[in-house]
Amino acid sequence: MTDYLLILVSTVWVNNFVLSQFLGLCPFMGVSRRLDTAMGMGLATTFVLTLASTLSYMVSTYLLAPFGLDYLRTISFILVIAAIVGFTEMAIRKTSPVLHNVLGIYLPLITTNCAVLGVSLLNVQKQHSFIESALYGMGAALGFTLVMILFAGIRERIAVSDVPEVFRGNAIGLITAGLMALAFMGFSGLVKT
Amino acid sequence: MISAIIIIGSLAAILGSLLGYAALKFKVEGDPLADKIDKLLPQTQCGQCTFPGCRPYAEAIAKGEADINQCPPGGEDTMQALAELLGVEPKPLGEEHASKPIPLVAVIDENICIGCTLCIKACPVDAIVGTSKLMHTVIESECTGCKLCLPPCPVDCISMEPQTIAPDTWKWPYPVYELHPTTPTLPVEQTT
Repeated sequence: MTDYLLILVSTVWVNNFVLSQFLGLCPFMGVSRRLDTAMGMGLATTFVLTLASTLSYMVSTYLLAPFGLDYLRTISFILVIAAIVGFTEMAIRKTSPVLHNVLGIYLPLITTNCAVLGVSLLNVQKQHSFIESALYGMGAALGFTLVMILFAGIRERIAVSDVPEVFRGNAIGLITAGLMALAFMGFSGLVKT
Repeated sequence: MISAIIIIGSLAAILGSLLGYAALKFKVEGDPLADKIDKLLPQTQCGQCTFPGCRPYAEAIAKGEADINQCPPGGEDTMQALAELLGVEPKPLGEEHASKPIPLVAVIDENICIGCTLCIKACPVDAIVGTSKLMHTVIESECTGCKLCLPPCPVDCISMEPQTIAPDTWKWPYPVYELHPTTPTLPVEQTT
């Protein structure tokens, strides 16, 4: 039980995928201008990541490993992720047109979100069990959502503040992201993994 | 080798049929008008229309929330096609959406000029040289294309012509300040 809690805490805070492993940076910079889009993107990513993490674990364990086809891991994971993203897009479009409007072109971007593939591959590398990989994926997604929301909140404030002209736009965004990463380094003493 | 092909193939088949099933299950009866509008848009997803992509813009047009002249990549052609589809009057691209105006330069037809000096007084940047009863001419490198010299000319000998941008005619863009709206005066157009 503590192991599971440790996995969650360490993926959300300590080994945060965005700020300490630098995965999934493009939605982090691209969709964080407004708080509600950041939240929508975070939720969509949470759904996709948890599902992708468990499904790719199953594909890897029950389909690839028994036949010794580990060299097909990456391509079959990409296949699984792309299918899940397509499925999610259709489901969101049907169930919540508003959210679909807000996410717009960003939803298909989850396919190329390296955090999703990163989680699936790290699951194999760390030899996680089924529940562990599900928790790992969910923790990574929760950490991603948390950082997205924090960052979007900061950027909304930056948008109305008096930033020196050379720093305006993405420059101040990148500096903010760097400072956030520094702040998140403070959590590294929290859990020994 | 063969098992690899079979496994990847069956994985792709399973996922493909899942997606096919989802496409039927989650089929959305889209707005047919928005679909037609979406087909006319260039699908560059550039967001210059202030919407997060071509599809949202098409839906906004279909709902009547957006104008048809907000798509710079599509330009005149797209606007014309949209006007035809929707049966509305074509209108030029919105100012903030249009591509940058071509810099203009004033040219005095020296055969018609009577040397009245009225345009010299009107020119804010002293780009017109000449004197009373003698022909005037425009110093091209100084002219800002503001058109202020057009109204005073009694014989209409001044015309605005597009300036080709070459290294020696290129100008630094003017600093743009936010202006608070006041009573309109003579429109002043700036080059570049």
